[in-house]
Amino acid sequence: MAKTVLTVDDSASIRQMVSFTLKSAGYEVVSANDGMDGLEKAKARQVNLVLTDQNMPRMDGLSLIKTLRGLPQYKAVPILMLTTESSDAMKSQGRAAGATGWLVKPFDPQKLIELVRKVIG
Amino acid sequence: MAIEMSQFYQVFFEEAAEHLAAMESLLLSMDIDNPDEEELNAVFRAAHSIKGSSGTFGFTDMAEVTHVMETLLDMVRKGEARPSSDMVDACLVAGDVLRNLLGAHRGENEADREAALAICGRLEQLCRALSQDAAEGSLGSVGEGPVAGGNDFELNFVPDEAIRTNPALAENLLAELGGLGTVVSSDTGEERAHWRVRIQTDESADSLRGVIEFVAAPGSVMILPANVGILSSDEDGAYGFFEPVQADDADEAYGFFTELPPLPGGADDSAGETAYGLFEPAPAKPSTPPVAEEADDGSFGLFAPLEASTPVAKPEVVTGTAIEALPAPAVAAPTPSKMAKPTGDSGSIRVGVEKVDQMINLVGELVITQAMLTQAASRVDPVLHERLVNGLAQLERNTRDLQESVMSIRMMPISVVFSRFPRVVRDISQKLGKQVELKMSGESTELDKGLVERITDPLTHLVRNSLDHGVESPERRIEAGKRPSGTITLRAYHQSGNIVIEVGDDGAGLNRAKILSKARERGLPAHDGMSDAEVWQLIFEPGFSTADQVTEVSGRGVGMDVVKRNIASLGGRIEIESMGGVGTRMTVRLPLTLAILDGMSVGVGAETYIVPLGYVIESLQPTPAMMCSISGADRLVQVRGDYLPVISLREIFNVAGAQQDRTKGIMVILEADGARAALFVDALIGQHQVVIKSLEANYRRVPGISGATIMGDGHVALILDAAALVSMARRALPAAA
Repeated sequence: MAKTVLTVDDSASIRQMVSFTLKSAGYEVVSANDGMDGLEKAKARQVNLVLTDQNMPRMDGLSLIKTLRGLPQYKAVPILMLTTESSDAMKSQGRAAGATGWLVKPFDPQKLIELVRKVIG
Repeated sequence: MAIEMSQFYQVFFEEAAEHLAAMESLLLSMDIDNPDEEELNAVFRAAHSIKGSSGTFGFTDMAEVTHVMETLLDMVRKGEARPSSDMVDACLVAGDVLRNLLGAHRGENEADREAALAICGRLEQLCRALSQDAAEGSLGSVGEGPVAGGNDFELNFVPDEAIRTNPALAENLLAELGGLGTVVSSDTGEERAHWRVRIQTDESADSLRGVIEFVAAPGSVMILPANVGILSSDEDGAYGFFEPVQADDADEAYGFFTELPPLPGGADDSAGETAYGLFEPAPAKPSTPPVAEEADDGSFGLFAPLEASTPVAKPEVVTGTAIEALPAPAVAAPTPSKMAKPTGDSGSIRVGVEKVDQMINLVGELVITQAMLTQAASRVDPVLHERLVNGLAQLERNTRDLQESVMSIRMMPISVVFSRFPRVVRDISQKLGKQVELKMSGESTELDKGLVERITDPLTHLVRNSLDHGVESPERRIEAGKRPSGTITLRAYHQSGNIVIEVGDDGAGLNRAKILSKARERGLPAHDGMSDAEVWQLIFEPGFSTADQVTEVSGRGVGMDVVKRNIASLGGRIEIESMGGVGTRMTVRLPLTLAILDGMSVGVGAETYIVPLGYVIESLQPTPAMMCSISGADRLVQVRGDYLPVISLREIFNVAGAQQDRTKGIMVILEADGARAALFVDALIGQHQVVIKSLEANYRRVPGISGATIMGDGHVALILDAAALVSMARRALPAAA
């Protein structure tokens, strides 16, 4: 069965791009438009990977990661954060929150597929 | 597999435009002395969002501008610098530049690269100035964290060519770093190409960066707190994996990760301890986490599990141009944001306008078909065909509901138009040296999308006009005993099937004498007996301007006539009320939609015409005493002391078999552009909602006719252009006299 990826981003264009890219690579994709929405979607359906933006209204990426890590079913699910700078500070915060890794925006769709393949095969 | 990016452009364009609009309105409403934290965040987020997606889709020019803007906003947002009006100005200009670039990518206009460069420079300058201020204001306030003695950093960078080829220079650099603190470990990688230096120092990450950037390949520097472990990242650093934060007892959850060779652990919390443990910062215990692999451009990476303590032979650590210095506490509170509105599109879909228009058109046809059926059914016996009649009644209700809901798809709040005015008022009043306050109400009033697009320019012109000619300078206002700051009021509301938009000011009002003398100068028909309303209408004549001086803003005498023409082409009209010293109010009345019209059907001979209801004042049957002849024809009708010109459709459209005796027909009094006239018809038939069909698209333009419709009996009825008929009648008068 195709693995499911949850992409959380407040930008519709990025969401569409990520979703299209991953779908064409054979993954199932669930989209959410902010952290709060992402949390609800993650609870409603167990996904194999979470890909989240950091800066979003209502709930940001770090809070989402922390909250997900608090849920038993998401303790071990890889969570990647999309960051606009490869900012060192953001990385250390992301790691502290429980992220598995990061991907720098802007990114190339190929790079995204490469990363997702590495993480969930 | 190549992913075609251009398919996402349209969404990006719309999204970016929304972000720009939101940013502008937030900036304009910002209280500089006491900025709202959530608003600052929202402005930052808008810039940040545009930057992220424009970069991803390859619009690097926009990404560059938003990048500098974001840096500036980030400083303000974190409280490192206070917002200033200079900063707000610069951000507004940057918004304009971005809009220009966005337009260029959409193919709408030429990109203004110089403006883009200029605003980047201006924003950078502001950044520098602000960070200096901040440094003076409070020591070490740029970024948090750097505390004397206690910093433990891992520096990753690719040194420049000279150091790679010259071991002596490399030694020098190490020595220099040693001067900044204690170098705990250093690894210069193969051929001295990738440096990893762990250093304990009093310096902040920024000052270290300052030293290293001097000798490192551009954009290759990454400075991490030493306790952040990076397991791996790809060759060019586009992504990476974190090493999990120290866990007390790794359970199976980690096993999943350790099974995958290059993969990191994901969970950083022991199974026994729950959520709260995650919020603890990673232990600051010094460790030498290895970077298994990381992309050359630092675009991704994975952190190594803590157990994997063997340093990796060939660290390739390069980052992009990270400007953010050190962590700010993330805004974790899930407070609803103002930005959520434009971007939160859950539960909504974007549909092409043409699809909606096609649907509206089909519903229009359905309305006509339904009317035909109803009319046909009116001839059958309702007792014998009860079910048919009931069914038709239900069809009528359903059709009406369907029509309403389809029309509402095209409806947009007028705030889409109003939102641009704070900026317009701010810019122009600054330019004119006036103090103006803008008040808006009824922003949620909805009108057709087609109207929204076409009313924007005329309204902008009216607002400019009020700013320039209406509101006086502060000195003049004080002389007149008014508050120094003037007020411009924008109001929108629904009134009997129309949308009414008012542009009002509390300025000097129109000067009747001046307008009249100017009109005579221009050879316009003007006399002292004209009513105020008629005099005010003169300013809509082509080439009319009472401004003594042509200003940058207005006064060139182009515009007001265009405004009126534009509004008329939308089926609307404009009225002026003005009082000397008190102010002026321009009222624009528009039909709710361009597709349906409330009309009164009138009969002339065998023909049926539709008069738009909004123009109808009253109807009456004239007595012989009311008629006045000029040159032997009944050209005027006297209604309660007013002499009104008579519009005879029989004469204008050459209708055969129409009533000629004025006293046997009916006079429908119309009012348009402040003037009245009496439309002479044979009979009033009824009141209908009619679906407007363009006459121009199907036939050609006919003066006095604005369109056509199909009646319930299948006949075509022409819709009268009331404004044109009234002015035709009034023009015809002097000629006949």
